[in-house]
Amino acid sequence: MLTEENIKKVEELKKRYPTKEALILPVLWMIQKQEGYISEESMKYVASLLNIPVGQILGVVTFYTMLKRKKTGKNHIEVCTNVSCMLRGSAKIMEHLEKRLGIKAGETSPDQKWTLSEAECMGSCGTAPMLAVGDEYYENLTIEKVDQLIEKLK
Amino acid sequence: MNFIPSDKKHLNDWKRIIIPDDNELHKIDHYISCGGYRALEKALEMKPEEIIEEVKKSNLRGRGGACFPTGLKWSFMPKNSDKPKYLCVNGDESEPGTFKDRQIFEHNPHLLIEGTIIACYAMGVTSAYIYIRGEYNKWIMMLQKAIDDAYTKGFIGENILGKDFSTQITIHRGAGAYICGEESSLMNSIEGKRGYPRVKPPFPAQSGLWGCPTTINNAETISNVPLIINNGWEWYSKIGASRHPGPILIGVSGNINNPGVFEMPTGRPLLEIINEWAGGATANKKIKAVIPGGSSTMILRGDQLEGVCMDSESLKSAGSSVGTAGIIVMDEDTDLIDVITRITKFYYHESCGQCTPCREGTNWMFRILKRFQNYEACSEDIDLLLDIANNIEGNTVCALGDAAAWPVQSIIRNFRDEFEKRTKASELKEAGN
Ligand SMILES: Cc1cc2nc3c(=O)[nH]c(=O)nc-3n(C[C@H](O)[C@H](O)[C@H](O)COP(=O)(O)O)c2cc1C
Ligand code: SF4
Ligand code: FES
Repeated sequence: MLTEENIKKVEELKKRYPTKEALILPVLWMIQKQEGYISEESMKYVASLLNIPVGQILGVVTFYTMLKRKKTGKNHIEVCTNVSCMLRGSAKIMEHLEKRLGIKAGETSPDQKWTLSEAECMGSCGTAPMLAVGDEYYENLTIEKVDQLIEKLK
Repeated sequence: MNFIPSDKKHLNDWKRIIIPDDNELHKIDHYISCGGYRALEKALEMKPEEIIEEVKKSNLRGRGGACFPTGLKWSFMPKNSDKPKYLCVNGDESEPGTFKDRQIFEHNPHLLIEGTIIACYAMGVTSAYIYIRGEYNKWIMMLQKAIDDAYTKGFIGENILGKDFSTQITIHRGAGAYICGEESSLMNSIEGKRGYPRVKPPFPAQSGLWGCPTTINNAETISNVPLIINNGWEWYSKIGASRHPGPILIGVSGNINNPGVFEMPTGRPLLEIINEWAGGATANKKIKAVIPGGSSTMILRGDQLEGVCMDSESLKSAGSSVGTAGIIVMDEDTDLIDVITRITKFYYHESCGQCTPCREGTNWMFRILKRFQNYEACSEDIDLLLDIANNIEGNTVCALGDAAAWPVQSIIRNFRDEFEKRTKASELKEAGN
């Protein structure tokens, strides 16, 4: 369920687009921000809110990698491993994180605290290597900086 | 943004205008006090077709990858249309090696907004969408603040500056799909569909967003528009390389001492950019290879760089392209097989799967490259790779297929010896040596 504030935002957005389908992505973002992921229930809710078949919502959710169908760990660490980061040592950063967190890329720790993923270029190639936790970017990484970050997030 | 060391005086001749040396420009009052929104005022006194003519004559070419002439693109929009017209500003910025549009959102958002409004007026657009990749949420919020301020001041919305012209600007946040930077996929994404590219024709100017006339421009392209209106096409067309003029944001990353985004006129020598602007290769190493314009552009050998400049014509004759002007520098220690495997993995991952050559071909190329990486490749694999790349190129709905093929084709053309060395080593390994 969207909060009252978000419902107001949806009403505002309706004036910006000629079709209700265009609201699918913005509304899904609101849901994900509120709940951390997009459950089956939420998809049904969005379908009824916008009066769109739920299959269409599912089609959108499954297309975009940032829309999550499962809860991730409390801290979702995404390490860019694309070329510019690779050239500046992203493999070492990833290796270190795997060791420190005791999980492999793509996994979530049993205590649900950490999810570690390999990510594509996030537009921080000039400050590589980098990783993101949620909307926050951590750039020009070193092993020490990664350790400090883990301590901070713990 | 990166600053040039003060001992490099000749480089400092260029006074930055897309991202000036001013940290306060995101504040609307400051932007206005520096002459901001004056181009909008001026534009609204002109006829829309005069603006298109001005942009045409300036020779501004798109900064989104294809270097398409912007004025010409705008002139494709029908003058009279009973349907609404749309503008999409492309800030998806997902090409590996590219991190320039983000600088505009952060440091000079009002320039982008001003350019967007002028473009809307010139083409009779009443609603513009700025599409920004989902990962850039921080920058989306910064740009949103600037848009809100511009609404408050009456630069966006109803009867802009008291004139009979109204337009709205809405940010549409992407959600992690490289393909949504492709213009037709971007439109599908805004429409709330899966981001599949569309077959062209029809071209967006005839049938784009919701079947209506639409223009798609890169965020940096649009940010050049106020400069042209303020200073005139003649002034603009004399900046940098004549056939591809203007200021350009160039990203430099990889094995380099001073990586970052640099603003300069087009047409600067690649070696000057690498060695002087960006401080040269790390640890004084030799440069083995350079990708000049983001991961989709053809890779060049270090010994091919002499005399090559950052403009469309020069890079074309060198066998590559400007692309998104994201230069990736690789030093002599770089394992190019690792590099091309990673790049190919990216395209395989990002292929939307609509066309067989792209969906299957990127997967096959990735699997063969994995064999090279694991010392399991045989000598036939080199030509097999080329063959697959050649069969993808030109045979797909959108240019992602080409973008996947070009790096593979060029790396084999320019570094065939590395692949041969690897297959020999693989054979030795096979024989148990
Ligand atoms: C796979 C693919 C991804 C693209 N990604 C972007 C992008 O992130 N940003 C962008 O401006 N253009 C991107 N483009 C190019 C756009 O399709 C389009 O040509 C461009 O936005 C037009 O703007 P311009 O004429 O101002 O350069 C991409 C193209 C392809 C084929
Ligand atoms: S070329 Fe690739 S990304 Fe483009 S439409 Fe075809 S399958 Fe999709
Ligand atoms: S390659 Fe890692 S942010 Fe671009």
